[in-house]
Formats: sequence, C-alpha cells, structure tokens
Amino acid sequence: MVPVASVDFTSQLLQYFANGVAKGSTYALMAVGYTLVYGVLQLINFAHAEVYMLGSHFAYYQAKWGGYLPDEPGAKPESVPILLVGTFIAVAMLACAAVGMLIERVAYRPLRNAGRLAPLITAIGVSLFLQYGGQVVFGTEPKLFPTFVETEVFEIGSVKIPNTNLLIVVTTFVLMLGLTLFVSKTRPGAAMRACSHDMRTAKLMGINVNATISLTFAIGSALAAVAGVLVAMDQPAITPLMGVRIGLKAFVAAVVGGIGSIPGAALGGLVLGVSESVVGGLWDTNYAEAVAFVFLIVVLLLKPSGLLGKATREKV
Amino acid sequence: MSDPILELADVNVYYGAIHALKGVSLTVRQGEVVTLIGANGAGKTTTLATVCGLMRPRSGTVHYGGEDIGRVATHQLVARGLVMAPEGRGIFPALTVEENLRLGAYARRDKAGIEKDLQHGFEIFPRLAERRRQRGGTLSGGEQQMLAIARALMSQPKLLLLDEPSLGLAPLIVQTIFETIDNVNKEGVTILLVEQNARIALKHSHRAYVIESGEISIEGESAALLDDPRVKAAYLGEG
Ligand SMILES: Nc1ncnc2c1ncn2[C@@H]1O[C@H](COP(=O)(O)OP(=O)(O)OP(=O)(O)O)[C@@H](O)[C@H]1O
Ligand SMILES: [Mg+2]
Repeated sequence: MVPVASVDFTSQLLQYFANGVAKGSTYALMAVGYTLVYGVLQLINFAHAEVYMLGSHFAYYQAKWGGYLPDEPGAKPESVPILLVGTFIAVAMLACAAVGMLIERVAYRPLRNAGRLAPLITAIGVSLFLQYGGQVVFGTEPKLFPTFVETEVFEIGSVKIPNTNLLIVVTTFVLMLGLTLFVSKTRPGAAMRACSHDMRTAKLMGINVNATISLTFAIGSALAAVAGVLVAMDQPAITPLMGVRIGLKAFVAAVVGGIGSIPGAALGGLVLGVSESVVGGLWDTNYAEAVAFVFLIVVLLLKPSGLLGKATREKV
Repeated sequence: MSDPILELADVNVYYGAIHALKGVSLTVRQGEVVTLIGANGAGKTTTLATVCGLMRPRSGTVHYGGEDIGRVATHQLVARGLVMAPEGRGIFPALTVEENLRLGAYARRDKAGIEKDLQHGFEIFPRLAERRRQRGGTLSGGEQQMLAIARALMSQPKLLLLDEPSLGLAPLIVQTIFETIDNVNKEGVTILLVEQNARIALKHSHRAYVIESGEISIEGESAALLDDPRVKAAYLGEG
C-alpha cells in the first residue's frame, strides 16, 4: 500500500480510500468463497483461508522451479513474462480448486448429516492442519514472492495508484461479474442456487447435489488462489500463516455483507477494506484492525442478516 | 394386466432406532393410479422417500422398471422418469414461478420440448401463467400445489409420486387438483398417490393400499375399499 506524503486532508482521504478499495477487493474475493459454501451447506469453511495461502505458494513454487527467483538474497529478481504469469495463476487456481474439492470430500461430506457443530469443528481442524502442515512443508521463514509485474505508480491528481492495486481491483471486478453471471445464467449456477435454497428439493429436481457442492468449493477455492497471488504481488512476503488475518476479515466481510449473498460479499469486503484503510491512515493503524469487528457488531445489531442478506424465511 | 413399473418387496426402513417401515411390499403397474392411505405417522412419506432414493431400505428391495434401484441416486432416478412432488410442496420461495418450473426440467436437454411442456403446464394451470414472474413463496397454498405438480410434470415423469396433494386446500381446489391428476394419468403417466383424504383418493385411483404403523394392512381395488367396513370405520368416518 502507498504511504501518504501529502498534508492536504482531502487528498489524504482520497489516497486512503483508493488504498482501501484495493484491500477491500481482496477481502471481497475471499469473502465470496465463504459465502458460496455457507449458502449451500450453512458451513463456515475455515480452511478457506489456507486455500488462499496455498494459492500464493503454488504460484511461488512454479516461479521458483521456472528459475524466476533471485539466486542470492538481495539480488534483483528477474521479472516473469506476462504469459507465464497467466499460466502460473491458472495452475494455482486449478490446484486450489482440487484442494478445495478434496477438503470437502474428505472432511465435510462424511459429516453432511451430522448437524452443524461437527463440521464446524472439523473446519477449524482442517484449517489448523494446513497451517501447521504448511509450516512443515514450506518452512516458517517468510518467502520473497517473485516479481510478476514491475511496479509502476499512476497518479490521478494527488492520488497515487500502483499498478498492482489497479490489477487487484480490475481482476476482482471482472471475476465477481463473471461469478454473478455464472450463478444467475447457467445450468450449474441454477443448481447452486437450488441447493442453497433447499438441498432435498434440489435432488428431486434431478440435480446432482454432491457434484454441485464440489463445484461450489472449486469456484471459491480458485478465487482464493487468485486473491493469494494478487496479495502476494502487492506484499511479496508469503508464509504458511498468511491466510489467518485476511481469512478472518473476509469472513467478517461476508457476514457484514450478508452471508450467502454474492453482492453482499463484494460490498462487505469493500466497506471493510476502505474503513480499515481510512481509520488506519488518519487515526492509528492499531485501531484499523479493530474496525472490522466494530463493523461486525454494529451491522449485526442493526441488521442481523447483514447489509444485503435476506432474513431467513421459515419454510411453510 | 400391464407390467409392474414399481415393486417394493419386504422393505424395512429405519430412522435411527425408529422402525418406520416394517416389511412393506407393494406394486404399481404401468398406467395405474395407486393410492397409499394411512393416518399421521403411518409411514406414507417414508415409503415415497424410499422409492425416490432419499431414504435407503435396511433390507428388502425396490425395483423400478424391472431394475433394482436400491443404490441409484435420486437425481439419476429423476432423469429416468421417477419424479416426486414432495409433501409440503417443496417450492423454492425466493424463485419465480417460471424459475421453479424450469428447475423441474433440470435433467432435460431438449430445449424445444421444455418450452412446449412449460406452455402445457400453463394451459393446465392458467393461474400459474398469470403469475409466472411472481415469487413462489407468495403463491397461495393451492397455487403452490399446482406449481408443485406442474413442476414435477416438467421432469417428464413416467412414474409420478404425489405426497398429500390435497393437504390444507379448500374442497374446490382439491377437486381441481384431482381432476388434473386424472388427466395426467390419461396422458400416460403412472401415479403413486399418498393421501390422508381417503375418500377422494379412493375415488381417483384404481387400486389402493392402507398403511398402519409401517405395515400394509389392507390392499385391493379402490372401488372395493370404498365399501370395506374397516376402511369405512377408520378412514371414511362412517359406520
Ligand atoms: N426424520 C425423521 N427422524 C425420525 N423419525 C422420523 C423421521 N421422519 C419420520 N419419522 C417417523 O417415521 C414414522 C413415519 O413417518 P412418515 O413421515 O412416513 O409418516 P406419514 O405417514 O407420511 O405421516 P403424515 O401423514 O403425518 O405425513 C413416524 O413415526 C415418524 O415419527
Ligand atoms: Mg407424510
């Protein structure tokens, strides 16, 4: 994120706002993963944060094995050709989609009829397993993420916008739009909506519920992989625990926006990112983190179903 | 006599420790309307759920079209024409009438056929046509039942399972629903109908089974059961 040098209050505010939009976009991209799974299974998939972590690591190792890491500390890393960047991201998305489906298959599906508490505890278990498994496999030292794009800073008036932030915002916008169209216009999208309304009736419509749930995990996980890579491009130190904070905030964003709602996840992410950035910039970064939770409490007090969430209707 | 389309043989189903179906055997033949009547909690819904694969028998077999379907998933059965309109109708309240109907055709790929059946559904139930953009949850109980039946027809059923289509409806609407059931049957759809309203169910079916605490207690021609003193006493409020 860009530090603010200017003293003028308005331009400071605009700068923090712009930074916040980028940050909020990454929250949004993660929040849809929580929201999609919750919509279908009423499960909070805590392991989603670790899928994000794996996304950036998958991209990192591809770059490493492709020879795009600096040979010695301090050396300027070679920047990766843009086509290869696309390939790395696509492979990371596919790998994360596979991991997401595997998690569902192994950890959640056997507990599908076991009430809500057991899968929740299992989700926490999977999350911890991946955090500590990640530390064993990847090591605990932060890794310097390779240069996927050379940093460039655009200036609009007094507001500085790095190209990475622009990329984050544009990518998120395109993906969210694509997801919305997918869910509302396609056959598998209709199956996802039907499952989120009523899984038993969905079966009676001829919908393969297991396949639809797998698809839901695959989509959420692929988006988490993109978020993992985008954030690593902006803040290039990755660790096996990097998912913890963003995961928590994205979850809060999903709840604030109205869990189960895709536009809600987008809105929740942006609201959280912007307020965190503005509060952190104008006031104190220590309070910035608390903002998320203040928001959570206030929104839930005023509108328990979240900003765009629908109040659950009793079935007749 | 035509071939059986559905055969349950000595089916036992449990909910945990609760023994819900105790050796149920029943047969539905091609082209028939068969009704299953019984009191609250007798096991009617459980029987239908077992037929369409939502419940699995602990022992006994279910054959559909001559094939053992004990391990076939519900969505695959729908694709093969075994379709249920569930108790409580199972309307998606947040989706429009038309979206609900189109979900009924989920397993189908024939675009033209789907449009044709959609129009056919609107012809059968003109009230649904007027409300095609209205959300399912805002329909009246009778309209929801019409939607549930129309939606099931969108799946091109060979065997249609109906769970208490008269539940909670005014007599006039019940009459309309049962006339539709007759017509659907005349169009070639075999029907297994679960009802608590024994009188109307027996009038609109060929054969009937009575289920009591998970066991079939009486079976026979529907016309004969209307005169059966046991049925009269227990289910028709006579004698
Ligand atoms: N999910 C369940 N868990 C435990 N027991 C169940 C469950 N569903 C049904 N039962 C029990 O199984 C028995 C049969 O229930 P079922 O729903 O098949 O009855 P029904 O004949 O359809 O009744 P109704 O006319 O009230 O719909 C009942 O004793 C019921 O309590
Ligand atoms: Mg019932």
